[in-house]
Amino acid sequence: MSLRGKAAIVAAAEVDTFQSQGRSPVGLMGEATRRALAEVGLHKDDVDGLFTASSYYAMPALTVAEYLGLRPTYIDSTVVGGGSFISHVGHAAAAIEAGLCSVALITYGSTQRSDRGKLTSLAEWSPYEQPYGLIHPISSFGLIAQRHMHEFGTTSEQLAEVAVSARQWALKNPDAPYPTPLSVQDVLSSPMLSTPLHKLDCCLVTDGGAAIVVTSAERARDLTPKPIYVLGVGEAINHRNIVGMPDLTTTAAVDSGKRAFDMAGRGPADMDSAHIYDAFTISLMILLEDLGFVSKGEGGPFVESGAIAPGGSLPVNTNGGGLSYTHPGMLGMFLMTEAVRQLRGDAGDRQVPGARTSVVHGMGLALAAHATAVLSTDVEP
Amino acid sequence: MTDRPTPTPRGEENIYFEEARAHRLAFQQCESCGARVFYPRTVCPVCLSDRLSLRQAAGTGTVHSFTTLHRAGHPGLADRVPYTVVLVDLDEGVRVLADLVVSPEADVPWIGMPVQAVFDEVTPELTLPRFQATAGAR
Repeated sequence: MSLRGKAAIVAAAEVDTFQSQGRSPVGLMGEATRRALAEVGLHKDDVDGLFTASSYYAMPALTVAEYLGLRPTYIDSTVVGGGSFISHVGHAAAAIEAGLCSVALITYGSTQRSDRGKLTSLAEWSPYEQPYGLIHPISSFGLIAQRHMHEFGTTSEQLAEVAVSARQWALKNPDAPYPTPLSVQDVLSSPMLSTPLHKLDCCLVTDGGAAIVVTSAERARDLTPKPIYVLGVGEAINHRNIVGMPDLTTTAAVDSGKRAFDMAGRGPADMDSAHIYDAFTISLMILLEDLGFVSKGEGGPFVESGAIAPGGSLPVNTNGGGLSYTHPGMLGMFLMTEAVRQLRGDAGDRQVPGARTSVVHGMGLALAAHATAVLSTDVEP
Repeated sequence: MTDRPTPTPRGEENIYFEEARAHRLAFQQCESCGARVFYPRTVCPVCLSDRLSLRQAAGTGTVHSFTTLHRAGHPGLADRVPYTVVLVDLDEGVRVLADLVVSPEADVPWIGMPVQAVFDEVTPELTLPRFQATAGAR
């Protein structure tokens, strides 16, 4: 049995994606949920599936259910880092298809920016890594980037191009926080944190909340003229700590991506936009390779050509991504909301003309957890 | 002065640090499938056998990757920056992480650099393996 086209996203909303004023993490989830349900005229009591992950709440489904007065019949708090919500989309589609729930709410909220200096993280330390003082998770990505450079000749300038492309997209997004262009030289002259990664090779630290609503394809067509169908989903995980990563330059996204594309019956070449976890310049570059947009080791020349920037062959992270739009600890929800915007044709100045099919890829920890979803305006070509 | 980050090992995790106190770099070998395993576990991650025996690595290997921190990952290490953390492929075929002891004449790490483990007695309770460039490898 395939989940292809069985479920659809009917609503997607964001709130306070840079600096929140007076909202707690669950408060952000509440406001995002209110906005999402209002898009399609659903009442909160219609929600019977609850999917959430958090660095703030040890039992986030309980926190959210109490705060919003929900009584879900199906609950999932899978936490595999920032890509958790892409996993949740697949889990929600499966639960809906199995009849375990009918209207699934997926939500996230974080006040990471307001909490600066006391960032919350669920990441427990490995006793074998903690004593050596790695900057979590930057140093793990430093080790990964150094190895990618060694194996494939990738340069710091090429990594910087990822951040430059993200900023070019962000300049088209009125909600993005930094309305000034970024150059390769700006990235290279920003403080070195953990070689070869500079400060501007790393994502923003922001607040933010978001919610999406998933239901059966059949019910979706009654709720909205623009349901966004879930054509394919895939998950894969293969390590926890950097010392356990089997290959520093190839990730389990190879598997999650293949599963999602195979289920969808579509391939990388069919994607009108791609929304791929860019917590770091190197994470996006490796994921472009592992998802099959370029062959292994070709990520550097690919981004250097301008391919992922506005006007390039592959629109990537059209809202500015984690590098230039928002990254409130976990980015996955904001990849999903932007993909939905593109497919609905609601992306304003950054709209990809005629976008019909997009891929969303979430990642957790240092390229440890992977979830891929292929979304489309149509079930059939 | 903030203390440096200190591990709080539980259960079988203690084996590694007990061995380090004796200046031994520990890994395991599975008696059932032959897999070499780092870090100490109660079952083999290849075949789930519980027949794992403790082995002592020679402590020699090569740098698989490295990162030099210009901002400390912990306040207790702020006076050490810049410092380098290395992933090392030991000759026995397991990969470990530690920091690099940098000497004045060999301050630039490189991938493939031969290294050897040394043992740093941080406190009476805690000895940490570190790596230094093998003599003549520079």
